[in-house]
Amino acid sequence: MSRIKARFDALAEEGRAALVTFVSAGDPDLATSAAILDGLPHAGADVIELGMPFTDPMADGPAIQAASRRALDAGGSLAATLGLVRNFRKKDDTTPIVLMGYYNPIYHRGVADFLKAATDAGVDGLIVVDLPPEEDDELCLPAREAGLDFIRLATPTTDDARLPAVLANTSGFLYYVAIAGITGTASAAAADIGRAVARLKAATTLPVGVGFGVKTPDQAAEIARVADAVVVGSAIVDVIAKAEPGTAPAATHAFVKSLASGVRQARAEVAV
Amino acid sequence: MSERPNSYRTGPDERGRFGIFGGRFVAETLMPLILELEKAYDAARADPAFAADIAHLGTHYIGRPSPLYFAERLTEELGGAKIYLKRDELNHTGSHKINNCIGQILLAQRMGKTRIIAETGAGQHGVATATVCARFGLPCVVYMGAKDVERQAPNVFRMRLLGAEVIPVEAGAGTLKDAMNEALRDWVTNVDDTYYLIGTAAGPHPYPRMVRDFQSIIGDEAREQILAAEGRLPDLVVAAVGGGSNAIGLFHPFLDDKDVAITGVEAGGEGLEGDKHCASLTAGEPGVLHGNRTYLLQDDDGQILEGHSISAGLDYPGIGPEHSWLKEVGRVSYVPIGDEEALAAFQLLARTEGILPALEPAHALAHVAKVAPTMDKDAIIVMNLCGRGDKDVHTVASALDARELKAN
Repeated sequence: MSRIKARFDALAEEGRAALVTFVSAGDPDLATSAAILDGLPHAGADVIELGMPFTDPMADGPAIQAASRRALDAGGSLAATLGLVRNFRKKDDTTPIVLMGYYNPIYHRGVADFLKAATDAGVDGLIVVDLPPEEDDELCLPAREAGLDFIRLATPTTDDARLPAVLANTSGFLYYVAIAGITGTASAAAADIGRAVARLKAATTLPVGVGFGVKTPDQAAEIARVADAVVVGSAIVDVIAKAEPGTAPAATHAFVKSLASGVRQARAEVAV
Repeated sequence: MSERPNSYRTGPDERGRFGIFGGRFVAETLMPLILELEKAYDAARADPAFAADIAHLGTHYIGRPSPLYFAERLTEELGGAKIYLKRDELNHTGSHKINNCIGQILLAQRMGKTRIIAETGAGQHGVATATVCARFGLPCVVYMGAKDVERQAPNVFRMRLLGAEVIPVEAGAGTLKDAMNEALRDWVTNVDDTYYLIGTAAGPHPYPRMVRDFQSIIGDEAREQILAAEGRLPDLVVAAVGGGSNAIGLFHPFLDDKDVAITGVEAGGEGLEGDKHCASLTAGEPGVLHGNRTYLLQDDDGQILEGHSISAGLDYPGIGPEHSWLKEVGRVSYVPIGDEEALAAFQLLARTEGILPALEPAHALAHVAKVAPTMDKDAIIVMNLCGRGDKDVHTVASALDARELKAN
């Protein structure tokens, strides 16, 4: 069983949502990034989304654009990203890692070579923003073949007619982008999210995660009540950006801990 | 790709591809929008009223057809092939960009869109977009790299006079690529009312095809005009390529004329040995950016490089996907021309013909100046003079000043 499925099955058993945390690989530098990654599971991250830095992150807002830039300036690359995963896997063999980014660095390296390197390093899934279902033969199908999950984004513009195409080759979980927009900007209304998740769950048995615009433990808890996973990215990346030199890992882990406690208490509160 | 296709004019296929190039590499949020756009464009193409609207505005607003001008003194000076200039710099707004903007704004109107966004490099497309938005009474937002805002101040002022909001983009190097990223971010955020009016024959399908169709008026006219003037087709057609919209517009109607050689001229900047150039076809590799697969300037990790050219309109690390395909199948040859050669060509045309070309077609002209003397006197070259040079006078002046300073 894949690490992603095992993790979601276990959390379903526990009756709570997963906390998915995003950081850019190599932000603010490779050593600090490794220290941040190593401590994420203990701080309460259930799934790690690791950003593959790219010069032109078209779907990202200012926070993740800046994180990507910091990582590249500090020597970040696709090879360095996979190095961070390999290093992490020496200490943790259960926390799923999903790489998130854009297609060009993968295409430039060569899809077959990348898939082999990624599976060898211990990657579990991929989110590639600029590969819609129309381009599935590029990477999605070869990735599934190689045993990696290909996690697709569904958005407010994905209507009922289009949803089956989005779901067709998706695996691992479905990532609902709560707003039409870029990462780290506006937040969606809780009621809208609840309706959207219900619509998606009626169409798939995959776990449904929700992200874009989740900034506080309270917002995380709100989403954890209705979805199978809460994805937090820009707010975490902002903590890394603002941390004094040498304090980024501790500051990041403290913030993730607060998000995790929000997620963990969400359904308990409802029960009371 | 060793076998020659029956026609070079049938692309793209139903997936929006020219060979392996093109496609729809966009975020899921935008996918329904570009599918809707494709549907709307297909419907518009099938509607004679749409073509009639374009033709009417072409005649009365843009000033088409643009003349095909025999450059007699330039021909004499170079002492070889007869050189004809397709005068698209005489269009309203001073470049070929308006051809595409008229087509797309009519489409946006048919689709009921109420807000227009665009990206611009040198500002020519921004000015053309702001112009059609004023003409159709639609609000217009133009994204422009902060560095370009600085070096193209007169065009920024023109856009603002036309009522457009110009937003400087600080991200990256602050040039066209960053402006395009920011326009895509706006579009993904304003999905209900906004139409993204892309200025070049690149981006996700159906843009490359649509922009090509709207610009093909250049080649359609030129083909007819040269037949009228000379009773035969030219031996060579030449145009500058940045994203490649003026070039594909001139080339496309000639693609199946097998005796017509076709050359696209890229910005060689300060030379291909370093990274100060924009010659994506000559020195780049296939990659995926801004919604399409095409030749890109990139490093070993697939990170996109910043281009450089004295011409802000050629300062883009990619190229329209149809050009990538035409290079691969060998139908069109692409050559680089450096900053210095373009500057010399700018002055050559000014002095021999009394025409200031934009720095973009000055690149095409520099190539013409190289090859014309090697051709027979009865050979014929048609070159696209796609923009006028008023906007570049300051750039040219300071480049020439710098050179004189260096010489002293």
